[in-house]
Amino acid sequence: MDSIRGRMAIVGVGDTEVGKIPHRSPTGLCIDAAMRALADAGIGKDAVDGLVTCNSMAEPHMYHAQAMAEYLGISPSYCVSAGAGGSTTFTVLYQAALAIDAGLCDTVLIAMADSLRTGLSREQAMVMQSSSGHPQFETPYGATVPGYYALIARAYMHRYGATLEHLAAVAVTAREHAVLHPGAQMRAPLTVEDVMASRPIADPLRLLDCSLVSDGGAAVVLTAADRAADHPHVPVHLLGAGEGHGHEHISQARDLTTSFARHAGERAYAMAGLGPSDMDFVELYDCFTPVVLIELEDLGFCGPGEAGPFVAEGNTRIGGALPMNTHGGLLSHSHPGNPGSMFALTESVRQLRGDAGERQVQGAEVALLHAQGGIMSSHCTVILGRGS
Amino acid sequence: MEKPLPPVNAETAPFWNACAEGRLVIQRCRDCGACQFYPRLVCTACGSAELDWVDAAGGGSLKSWTLIRRAVSAAFEADVPYVVALVELDEGPTMMANLNTRTPESLVMGQRVRVTFEPHGPDLRVPQFQPED
Ligand SMILES: [Zn+2]
Repeated sequence: MDSIRGRMAIVGVGDTEVGKIPHRSPTGLCIDAAMRALADAGIGKDAVDGLVTCNSMAEPHMYHAQAMAEYLGISPSYCVSAGAGGSTTFTVLYQAALAIDAGLCDTVLIAMADSLRTGLSREQAMVMQSSSGHPQFETPYGATVPGYYALIARAYMHRYGATLEHLAAVAVTAREHAVLHPGAQMRAPLTVEDVMASRPIADPLRLLDCSLVSDGGAAVVLTAADRAADHPHVPVHLLGAGEGHGHEHISQARDLTTSFARHAGERAYAMAGLGPSDMDFVELYDCFTPVVLIELEDLGFCGPGEAGPFVAEGNTRIGGALPMNTHGGLLSHSHPGNPGSMFALTESVRQLRGDAGERQVQGAEVALLHAQGGIMSSHCTVILGRGS
Repeated sequence: MEKPLPPVNAETAPFWNACAEGRLVIQRCRDCGACQFYPRLVCTACGSAELDWVDAAGGGSLKSWTLIRRAVSAAFEADVPYVVALVELDEGPTMMANLNTRTPESLVMGQRVRVTFEPHGPDLRVPQFQPED
């Protein structure tokens, strides 16, 4: 099959409010995001012939995408709800592009939302998230999701001498960017000392090493690049995509200090014909601070063990050598569960359009986005470029 | 609230039955000799279905660990703080388990640990580990 490099374009984006949004259900948030993305694309709902969603934890439907299509009153020819944890967002973007290329549909709406903050009790949210553990060989031991990631953090720190200050620098940089985002959930400035002093959750991780728990959702509209002129904004092209799946349960990981982000990245770079040095900014999955360091290395931006100092020296700030998570990421913008990276996607489109306001990365033309689901399990990398 | 019981199935029953007798068993491939855990129908190394149950020696080394300070559910609250560890068995495979120690602050990477079994519900015992003397 020919590469789909540059053949598909994102022509509409929309974010809901994020944080505590009790006046909207998860379905309401999903539809709200969808309608915003359609308005941004300059089209009505009846132009949509492909619909992709992910299920909601707080308000699950057996067949979620079909339920959302019914709710919107549309009858698409391609309709799927997907689930691979945090990497779902970019995986479905890739697969939607293939669906368009294969002629299944012309205009795909990808809309995802959930209400983990107000739609679930804290106990429900913790038990539901930790159900990613193996039911027989992990769950009986009472690990939490932060606990699973703490196992990775300790192994990485031990192997490379990374410090708690390095982890803290990831959280502080994310917050610096969220301060510039009017819609972000957390906008109070944060220092390395604040992170160091925050409550221990699962050693070595502290509260501020952990991402947020949020309500919210976002949506994008994807269509063939040669139809992008029908839409009002500068199109953003999908230049590359790739996946890598290493394990599902952390006790089965081959190596705790690296991941299949490497494989996902290599596949995406190969499709795009680009490499790490071509990226003007990156959006990396930051459910917990150590994850970002491993991703920076696996995706070729830093050598093994070098990512901690790289972030602590300020390279990932807006204005630095490699601006990262310019909206504040899951750590400071919002984390409504599986839909979390949708905000990295809508942010990237705004950056590449030149519409990111105070957060704008000057001259941004190409960006790499990476998400992972499970416990560093399922990985998807996408590379986006500004069209003309 | 009770701790979650492992949902034993047809393929894993021999493992849990051995635990109930105080034996840690793993699978060894008759074709390629690889040892694996958790129990499966196929060898992850070579794909063979010719797998034997063998007794593990019960020793291993600490591959990573965390001290959980916020319990996953009410059932674990009385244990806080508790250690969740990854242990590399001497035979090769890695297992998750709790590590029973009164001094979690003195744990070090790679240190020797040994299996114990803890009653879990009326019929089961789950493997746990403790530092070797
Ligand atoms: Zn074998």
